[in-house]
Amino acid sequence: MNWISNYVRPKINSLFSRREVPENLWTKCPECGTMLFHRELAANLNVCTSCDHHMAISPRDRFTALFDGGVFVEVKVPEPVVDPLHFRDQKKYPDRLKAAQKATGEKEAMLVAEGEMGRTPIVAVGQDFSFMAGSMGMFVGNAIIAAAERAVKLKRPLILFSAAGGARMQEGILSLMQMPRTTVAVQMLKEANLPYVVVLTHPTTGGVTASYAMLGDVQIAEPNALICFAGPRVIEQTIREKLPEGFQRAEYLLDHGMLDRVTHRKNLREELITIVRMLTGQSPAVKGDLPAPGVPLPAEARE
Amino acid sequence: MNYLEFEKPLAEIEGKAEELRAMARSNTGMDVSKEAEALDRKADVLLKDLYKSLTPWQKCQVARHPDRPHTKDYIDALFTEYTALAGDRGFSDDHAVMGGLARFNDAPVVVIGHEKGNDTKSRIERNFGMARPEGYRKAVRLMEMADRFRLPVITLIDTPGAYPGKGAEERGQAEAIARSTEKCLQIGVPLVSVVIGEGGSGGAVAFATANRVAMLEHSVYSVITPEGCASILWKDAEKMREAAEAMRLTAQELQKLGVIDRIVKEPLGGAQRGRKETIEAVGKAIETMLKELTGKKPDALVRDRRQKFLDMGSKGLAA
Ligand SMILES: [Zn+2]
Repeated sequence: MNWISNYVRPKINSLFSRREVPENLWTKCPECGTMLFHRELAANLNVCTSCDHHMAISPRDRFTALFDGGVFVEVKVPEPVVDPLHFRDQKKYPDRLKAAQKATGEKEAMLVAEGEMGRTPIVAVGQDFSFMAGSMGMFVGNAIIAAAERAVKLKRPLILFSAAGGARMQEGILSLMQMPRTTVAVQMLKEANLPYVVVLTHPTTGGVTASYAMLGDVQIAEPNALICFAGPRVIEQTIREKLPEGFQRAEYLLDHGMLDRVTHRKNLREELITIVRMLTGQSPAVKGDLPAPGVPLPAEARE
Repeated sequence: MNYLEFEKPLAEIEGKAEELRAMARSNTGMDVSKEAEALDRKADVLLKDLYKSLTPWQKCQVARHPDRPHTKDYIDALFTEYTALAGDRGFSDDHAVMGGLARFNDAPVVVIGHEKGNDTKSRIERNFGMARPEGYRKAVRLMEMADRFRLPVITLIDTPGAYPGKGAEERGQAEAIARSTEKCLQIGVPLVSVVIGEGGSGGAVAFATANRVAMLEHSVYSVITPEGCASILWKDAEKMREAAEAMRLTAQELQKLGVIDRIVKEPLGGAQRGRKETIEAVGKAIETMLKELTGKKPDALVRDRRQKFLDMGSKGLAA
């Protein structure tokens, strides 16, 4: 089945990404210090080519790489009341929201999409750490509920990519209420016997970990992702001792029985296809990058 | 009597009255009753004044008052035949969570609650009401039992939050909380909660995802402590007053937001000044909430509970 793996993905990442990727710019890998050319880094799904460090990737870029031919359709998320508590810290909450929208080009911290992955129809949700630390408020809750409802309607598996510093503090108790709300969404999927696969990415913390991100049928994490309820700093302050190396990282959680797998980002797509197709009783997948649904396979791939 | 920071003026007056009376007791013939009574009246007026309009931060202090009745006090007073059931069957028994079978108005129920302890020894034993994964897993086990034997579940919420410890994280604190919330949403029996003190974050919601949620008048329920919120958003933990204000964590504001269903009135000066009355009032609220749910079919209880949470927050403060 490897006859298709030579097929080269069209360079559409940059076409679909709303974020401006400045040309001729280098990013320094925060792990190993290697200077990485932006294009090269993007082509490698934001994984350092030298040390394999997994950097953040926006849901839009992730979906572009995940869905066949980079083609997906956004699922509409019902708009919540903006600033439900009239919250004000040093800045007004609506101003913080606007700043995040401007910086990311996204409306909020969650993107929902439907499409095909290895010719396997799915619904996907991606949490955007660059948008107010991916924090969970009413919009994120609405997004997960909308995704679950869409998956149930289309009878498709749901794949969720988590990334969050925790609660959207500016939504106070309503942020906390997303824990039960999103849990109801997960229950909708389970009752419809639809697979719910969670991919935990760096970092996934607080109430997000303590709700939908830990309730998957299959729990996969990206290498070295911090996954926790209480953050390491809070714990160190509480117990007044230094935590061991690798504490609360993906591999540590795998060792402690909290995850099914830790998977490199470059292998994630094929693994997700494999798992989801088995769980839904479909035949083995056509591997490799595929063009958009409906687009015939190129001649060299067909052989 | 333990006085809170904002009760200092009250402590002075009540202390003076007490001093006068002590003097009179050791000097027979000395009559101080008039002066003492005048001080009592002054204290009464001041108490009323102080508690008339507590700020959110003051409410946090009242909610954490060490003399407030705790879960054990409610269980002792409101339930009969309380039979504690221990352990998560995997690792240990978490003493921060009390739970077991009991009778409420003679009817068998399952009761679960965080217990903070009331002296140094019991506070340490109870880990100040901060549960570890085993506490949530014990609760899941008890809720499953309640579901199978058709027993209503009553939960009492009083925790600063889930314990942020090394072992707790290793053993899956997040997963344990998630499963407990999930179980709350699955059981086909009435589930009613009362926030009796602090409703701290995920550690609270794991037991409070209920058909009916009540709060004591001066209790608080929030996503994070005001100190925690202040240190994150204001970069200064000392800004907890501002944070408490912005977070809308009081029973009164949470009712406006539609997050809770009812407020249970506390005696003047807070639950700590009228423990018995408070416990009785909570008992009445539990009775009323259970009555509202009697006769509902298991499916309807689950459906209503889910819908309640799905709808939550849709109207903001206009709810
Ligand atoms: Zn590197």
